[in-house]
Amino acid sequence: MNGMVELYRQQFRTTIAVQLQYRAALVIWLIGQVLGPLVTLSVWTAVSASGGGQAGGYTPADFAAYYIVLMIVNQLTFTWIMFELEYRVRHGSMSMALLRPVHPIHSDIADNVAFKLLTFPLILVAAAVIALGFHPAFHFSAWSTVAFLPAVFLAFLVRFLMEWTLALAAFWTTRVSAVNQIYFVVSLFLSGQIAPLSLLPRGVQAAGMILPFRWTVGFPVELLLGKLSFPQALEGMAAQVAWLGLCLLLLRLVWRAGVRTYGAVGA
Amino acid sequence: MRFLRLLTTFVRVGVLGELAYRANFFFQLLESLIELGTALAGLAIVFSYTASLGGWRPDEVVALVGVYFLAGGCIRLLIQPSMQQLIESVRDGTLDFILTKPEDAQVLASIQRVEIWKLADVALGLAVIGVALVRMGSRIDAVRALQFAAALVAGGVIVYSFWLILATLAFWFVRVENILVIFQSMYDAGRWPVGLYPGWLRFALTFLVPVTFAVTVPAEALAGRLGWLTLLGAGGLAVGLFVASRLLWRAGLRHYSGASA
Repeated sequence: MNGMVELYRQQFRTTIAVQLQYRAALVIWLIGQVLGPLVTLSVWTAVSASGGGQAGGYTPADFAAYYIVLMIVNQLTFTWIMFELEYRVRHGSMSMALLRPVHPIHSDIADNVAFKLLTFPLILVAAAVIALGFHPAFHFSAWSTVAFLPAVFLAFLVRFLMEWTLALAAFWTTRVSAVNQIYFVVSLFLSGQIAPLSLLPRGVQAAGMILPFRWTVGFPVELLLGKLSFPQALEGMAAQVAWLGLCLLLLRLVWRAGVRTYGAVGA
Repeated sequence: MRFLRLLTTFVRVGVLGELAYRANFFFQLLESLIELGTALAGLAIVFSYTASLGGWRPDEVVALVGVYFLAGGCIRLLIQPSMQQLIESVRDGTLDFILTKPEDAQVLASIQRVEIWKLADVALGLAVIGVALVRMGSRIDAVRALQFAAALVAGGVIVYSFWLILATLAFWFVRVENILVIFQSMYDAGRWPVGLYPGWLRFALTFLVPVTFAVTVPAEALAGRLGWLTLLGAGGLAVGLFVASRLLWRAGLRHYSGASA
């Protein structure tokens, strides 16, 4: 246990030191992270303006609040592991990770959390700037704000485990970019990034209830913005816990099979 | 003429190099098709809530998406690969090989690499534009076609000059690849009419990263809404930037001392 704490602490320090070396890369990352929600927000603002001040029950101020919170939740839950693992497998540095006596997912979790601690203030600044331009209307309630915290934590866990498991596809194929792209497209629609899920066609909404994407981004956003009733919030967290269990199971199975297949290219 | 002969030679070399990896074509096509499907599905959702978007009708935005693919495909086919190569060759000193050849170095540096599979984007873009035009039901008269072609060429020259200026900065700063990443993430914003964005972002997309001239202006020509003044402005900017990039290139060459050779 002590060893584990030490591992996380070391990885934290390393990540922060590395990231501070590449400050320009941080700024570029930030531009990409902000531009996406900003573009979609601009589109929906125009739509609701031309639709008599609202679209699907969202006024421009509601859209602004939605996309600002979405940007923050997305920042808290996103991973870059699908590119990273592919790189490691292709360049053979995965072999080194396999020699270590701990599961490589631990240093990835620590790396991810450290990066977010470092960049979270930047996202808050970006959120404030967008708020100045788009005048969001927030209607927070006490219980949903409190419930938001565990919801966003569960969302992070589910998304991390899911994307880590999916990234293991790199063990079998060198063409993971097609796999990644399909994943990102589905997640674009079902996680609530292209529009709040309630604005999508019924069939898509139903798929969103079943698949994990909504529970990793859209659900915490809607919860914080007070769009959900108390039973809906409980339902969502139950779905998150169920997906967490399923992802853990899948991760174990896929990891074992993947390590057996791994051919150590380039090492 | 000499330029065209050089260009065909380099394209032929690029094709020969890539034909060894034919499967890449299908993966490129698959990825482009998914991207196109995503863009169109996004449009379908947006237009289920409104009949026009910032003054653009649905078919006009579809045409815009077509131009986005066409222009983006041309950029990734012809401009971007050579410019990335140029930046790299300044860093590792292989630019020397280009400088010793008996041709204009800027021409050689600008056509040295062609990513032939990006033709998939160009073809898809043309197809989408075609479908959009048929659905718009508008006759494309000679004037409109001429405006579109002129806007597209002006946009291409602006983007090329912009990339060359950035790449030329490598003569002084060496590490400029990062700026290029910004171009890619900002180009994505061109998928919608830039008129939708807040003023500062519109400004950035017009003058800092010339997405407006590459996508929105040609699409306005297709929709028959492009004023001659804008077109004239685009043409003027294209000429100005082209001359500026040429001057900067020559200054950069004088500054270049060879990194490894």
